[in-house]
Amino acid sequence: MVALLAANYNLRRALGELKYGETYMSHLKNGAWIALLLVCGLLTACASQTGCGTPEEEPMVVDERPAVPEPEPVPEPVVEEVPDFMELPDGTVVAIDSDGSVIRSVFNFEFDESEIGSGDFRVLQQHAARLNRNRDQSVAIDGHCDERGTREYNLALGERRAMAVQDFLLANGVRPSQMSARSFGEERPVDTGSDEAAWAKNRRVELKYE
Amino acid sequence: MNRLLIAALLITASIAYPFEIRIDRGVDTLAPIAIVPFRIYENAVDITPIVNSDLSSSGQFRPIDDANMLSLPSTANEVVYHDWRVLRVDYVVVGSVFVDGLGLLVAEFEVIDVNQERVLRTAQVKGNVEDPRSLAHHVSDEVFRAMTGIPGAFSTRVAYVLVENRTQVDERHTLMIADFDGERETPILISDQPILSPAWSADGKQLAYVSFEAGSSAIHIINLETGQSRVLANFEGINSAPAFSPDGAHIAMVLSRDGNPDIYTIEVASNVIRRITNHRAIDTEPVWDLNGANLIFTSDRGGSPQIYRVNVDSLQVSRLTFDGSYNARPRVMPDNTHFIFVHRSGSGFHIAWRDLAGNRAARILSSNVLDESPSVAPNGVMMMYSTKSNRRGILSIVSVSGEVEYKLTSTAGDVIEPAWSPYLPLTTTFVER
Repeated sequence: MVALLAANYNLRRALGELKYGETYMSHLKNGAWIALLLVCGLLTACASQTGCGTPEEEPMVVDERPAVPEPEPVPEPVVEEVPDFMELPDGTVVAIDSDGSVIRSVFNFEFDESEIGSGDFRVLQQHAARLNRNRDQSVAIDGHCDERGTREYNLALGERRAMAVQDFLLANGVRPSQMSARSFGEERPVDTGSDEAAWAKNRRVELKYE
Repeated sequence: MNRLLIAALLITASIAYPFEIRIDRGVDTLAPIAIVPFRIYENAVDITPIVNSDLSSSGQFRPIDDANMLSLPSTANEVVYHDWRVLRVDYVVVGSVFVDGLGLLVAEFEVIDVNQERVLRTAQVKGNVEDPRSLAHHVSDEVFRAMTGIPGAFSTRVAYVLVENRTQVDERHTLMIADFDGERETPILISDQPILSPAWSADGKQLAYVSFEAGSSAIHIINLETGQSRVLANFEGINSAPAFSPDGAHIAMVLSRDGNPDIYTIEVASNVIRRITNHRAIDTEPVWDLNGANLIFTSDRGGSPQIYRVNVDSLQVSRLTFDGSYNARPRVMPDNTHFIFVHRSGSGFHIAWRDLAGNRAARILSSNVLDESPSVAPNGVMMMYSTKSNRRGILSIVSVSGEVEYKLTSTAGDVIEPAWSPYLPLTTTFVER
């Protein structure tokens, strides 16, 4: 069971990298993988009704993708003692790592780009794993931009960034009903400065658990 | 809903004077004119300083200092041409302000061409004694028209958003309307969520805007006469960038409800929505040309944001800008043959001007680093945009000829998203004599 989970986890990671290593213009092609995953999800749901599986197990994916790279050893994603989510004193809900630390929920982007950085894949997959284990948990995916360029274009760009993260989480098993992508354009900076450092911080997607 | 609606739009008294105006750059090639201090009769108010300031801001004229005037006539008959020729003044404006038998404030004025030794216009503007500022702007409009043949736009107003305490817990966004020069600022809507994209209807009676009060963007329309507002579009995804058609029957807007941002129109009377563009790129920032046949908009369908035109009947799209990696947020000039837009150059984001036919190269009108949201006065002589100066969002007025720039600095917070009104119904009356 653990081995199967790990293999599946890795497989999703591979799928995620495959999808987001490519450019935005190849969405149509990637759509085919999302469709494939959705089909697999349905099969899994049928299987779980017979009592022989959980939503985390999607053996059909393995069958469909024989060319997946050999699984690397990864940490066991399920640790009983640590909760997946925790409410902080200020009321915000955060995702918790197996060592009890808060999992990063801010992901940055290049100027006028919406491609997720490869360094963010693993962190996003940690969020996906927790959302998959907690189907009642929903998340707002907020896209933001730096102040450069026009406000209305940035509103659209922020949405594109949020959609990129939503698509990634979807491809990693999170249900559409758990997610809502929003854009605030350049209207909600975290740093009001006008330099490269401030702009880099402001170009971001934030996951906000509700 | 943290929201307060203030429908006191027809007030004549000011709520606040948050702006300071200063000349940013002046050029000696401007035509020198003399606005002689008007003769002020009993119970009347001096309007000359406002007329002076209006004509300066046009970027066409340089009013000379009162102290240099050799005589102070108040009628054309009293004008000694020699006194003005030695000062190399092209035009002299003389006049008086009085309260007439009906209790109206009257400005009587004459515009004189010194070189031709001819009176170009003798006229009166009448208005409420409580509202000398509106009277002054109307006088400026007529003086400007006498000297240039172009109607003045000094009686127009500007909608914009004031953002206070950004990133703080008490962050506040206020949709404002003020005179074009920043005076008589009046709050229309206050929210703790962002407000964007104010857009005037062609008759000046309605304002569309985007607010985030519902948690994400939605388009609202407010009737400025009644203060009543309604939601125009609140679909899943983005609802943004409203633009009234010239006849007021339709509003162009951006929705991403069908997957990604595209241009749509909505018929105001029926709420029937029509999709205008259908492209997986970002399509946004639509604006109508003056006959309502085309929408000019921003799209990154070519790999970077550029400006395109789509015919609203044929839906045929053509690209208008090719120079540079970022051209966005077009606004069509009142001549319907040019447009202004945001252009990124090596030194930053500037406002640029070019013709719709694509014949001439773009001309850069602004010189800061983060210039955006250009909006043009209805006479096409001046335009306003927002920029950042000393970490603060400010508005700047620049003549489209590019020679004079004024900055309007708010002391309260960031001022963004200016939208210059069309010509508005006036409370003052003009009588040519």
